[in-house]
Amino acid sequence: MEKWRIISSRLLRHSSPRMMIGTSQNHGFGGSIQRSGSKDKFGKAERYFEHGKQNVETCSHPLRDSVGNLQIFLARNLYKTCRIHCRSFASGAARVQRNPSFSTINSNDIAFFKEVLGEKNVIQDEDRLLTANADWMGKYKGSSKLLLQPRSTEEVSQILKYCNSRHLAVVPQGGNTGLVGGSVPVFDEVIVNVGSMNNIMSFDKVSGILVCEAGCILENLDSFLGNQGFLMPLDLGAKGSCQIGGNISTNAGGLHFVRYGSLHGNVLGLEAVLANGTVLDMLGTLRKDNTGYDLKQLFIGSEGSLGIVTKISILTPPKLSSVNLAFLACKDYFCCQKLLMEARRKLGEVLSAFEFLDNQSMDLALTHLEGVRNPLPTSMYDFYVLIETMGTDESYNKEKLEAFLLRSMEGGLILDGVVAQDINQASSFWRIREGVPEALARAGAVYKYDLSLPVEDMYGLVEEMRLRLDQSAKVVGYGHLGDGNLHLNVSVPDYDDAILAQIEPFVYEWTSKRRGSISAEHGIGLMKANKIHYSKSPETVQLMASIKKLLDPNGILNPYKVLPHYVVSQA
Amino acid sequence: MKIMVALKRVIDYAVKIRVKPDKSGVETSNVKMSMNPFCEIALEEALRIKESGLASEVIAVSMGPAQCVDTLRTGLAMGADRAIHVDTSSTLYPLSVAKLLKALVDTEKPGLLILGKQAIDDDCNQTGQMLAGLLNWPQGTFASKVVLDKEKQVATVDREVDGGLETLCLDLPAVITTDLRLNQPRYATLPNIMKAKSKVIKKVTPAELKVEIKSDMEIVEVTEPPKRKAGVIVSSVDELIDKLKNEAHVI
Repeated sequence: MEKWRIISSRLLRHSSPRMMIGTSQNHGFGGSIQRSGSKDKFGKAERYFEHGKQNVETCSHPLRDSVGNLQIFLARNLYKTCRIHCRSFASGAARVQRNPSFSTINSNDIAFFKEVLGEKNVIQDEDRLLTANADWMGKYKGSSKLLLQPRSTEEVSQILKYCNSRHLAVVPQGGNTGLVGGSVPVFDEVIVNVGSMNNIMSFDKVSGILVCEAGCILENLDSFLGNQGFLMPLDLGAKGSCQIGGNISTNAGGLHFVRYGSLHGNVLGLEAVLANGTVLDMLGTLRKDNTGYDLKQLFIGSEGSLGIVTKISILTPPKLSSVNLAFLACKDYFCCQKLLMEARRKLGEVLSAFEFLDNQSMDLALTHLEGVRNPLPTSMYDFYVLIETMGTDESYNKEKLEAFLLRSMEGGLILDGVVAQDINQASSFWRIREGVPEALARAGAVYKYDLSLPVEDMYGLVEEMRLRLDQSAKVVGYGHLGDGNLHLNVSVPDYDDAILAQIEPFVYEWTSKRRGSISAEHGIGLMKANKIHYSKSPETVQLMASIKKLLDPNGILNPYKVLPHYVVSQA
Repeated sequence: MKIMVALKRVIDYAVKIRVKPDKSGVETSNVKMSMNPFCEIALEEALRIKESGLASEVIAVSMGPAQCVDTLRTGLAMGADRAIHVDTSSTLYPLSVAKLLKALVDTEKPGLLILGKQAIDDDCNQTGQMLAGLLNWPQGTFASKVVLDKEKQVATVDREVDGGLETLCLDLPAVITTDLRLNQPRYATLPNIMKAKSKVIKKVTPAELKVEIKSDMEIVEVTEPPKRKAGVIVSSVDELIDKLKNEAHVI
């Protein structure tokens, strides 16, 4: 029995809660709180209305504050906004109700799928569904009754065409390593897992262009490329399980973003299947192609809401033999920033990663991970930085890095540090930084935030959160300092709405005030579906909704996610 | 007492090895090279002995072409006091290495020699033993624990052998070769890297040491082991029995 929880109310500027209840009209989304009916829900609702009202006062956002917008809003749909959603341990999840326009699966559907995919690839087995329904953090759990495993683009196309005609909602799924609940069903959506489509179609050794299917695991691609002398332009902690289709659909960032840039630049082409089964072949392998609108960019980062990516073609950089990694300790955040500036200038083109973690993340990693040892055991420092360089000449690069580090140390930017002497040592340093999310998961419940902020402001947020939460939670900050990307995590023994109320929407407002992004690389998924306004203007969001309506009129692809519910139902 | 440690520059342990197309050897160009892990452990042990006050100096030695200096720099960065580079471009086999080390021992006169038990590229596991034979010194190989007694001038060494652990008591000077569980090598810290820049690396040649390098062995061919075939999922017990009988010939 799932727990009922009301998380936070997104209230408009109303004065009385009564008006809320009275205007329970459904617009695309069904069953809001009924006037008659469960008094219990109502009772709970009232409490949160009060809470929500406070929210409204504090929730002043420059973009949303345009009264004009609100008025249009009120005029159009005065529907009550406090909804209830059954979800255990959800934090910050939008409170959603199942869209009644979606059908439920019946035996004819199962028969059809079995005919198209074969018996083995239509899964209704409870245990397998259990894993497919839950996300990596164990935070989001759907209740899908059907998992499909297509083996080719053609099968994906047939599945989607059928689902579209039957109004069956679909969740595209790959490695299921996402952190915002975007890869698992919210209710009983059909899960379409492309993991069986894992062939490498071709690789051009001269240009480094790789063409493969969306279900290829990132680490496998990296090994394959490694044999050819190349590597994938992205590298993340989840590489052992995440699939390239998912990486592209979420525009994954990772550790080498500072060197190789975004997938928007590295992906040369892709093949996607639209909601109605149309196969869009944009699988070019050309570096330059200025013919018409570059539609593939829409699919990169749209989190499966515009189409299912089935094949990709990506430009891979050559694997340079000389890789050096240093694990450093800095006195304060200001030194970390200056170090970044110096690294950019002095190390230049060989800089391939610049990461930081604070004292608390280091502590968590050392406590909860097995087989890790502190590279700088003599004392605990406030900030740790990892700098990686990748170049062609072994001795030259090592000397360059060491010279830079020694000068930084003399200048007081670094307090202490170690340089990895072989690949094993380098892996153990990376294990610490890449293992922080795992350590956090083991420590208990985590509220996870992924924010893009101006570099000088990044750590200020962590310090403010510490003051706000005081003893009730452990706040850690780490992330891709080189890209201005902070991973703010609040570790608590158990999910607690009171603590959540202290975190959200403060974190989003803080970020928004500095024109940052509330999701640097993790995406929106379900977690931040109604929060997009903190980082995007209403006009932009409206246009996004129009595009969604154009490509997926029935809204079957990954519903309830990415775009705010009120916008989607309007468009 | 001086401790001498021999370090070998090998292909990094984590690199995927590829055989050269002409089967003459393993691909070593453009491949990451590092210190042999067992040599790292040997150096770490020597440093610990020095830090406990039982030795005065740790000397690192490496033999081979000019790039060996990188390995010696790492050794110095870990904490060795000085280094000796035996410069030669000929292929070195364990007996040649042992002879060269013997010549160095005659000059430097260390009280203890610590080597890695084997190199991860050739897996010979011979140099330490041959060296002890040439010097007529006692040897404690596959050491998983070393305890020195300065007054009695003995080293108590726990050896990892097939049957378990064997404890030997060796009179110094002695040769010890290290096994994996002896210690966990330290990282090269920046302050130490800085200090290493001013440490001395002396270069000598085999001719100066009056050692003739001749190899009695010639590598004929290097091939990869046969690739494992993918597993097959059988659909019934009968098929399994059929395969075991007719294909694998095990029943």
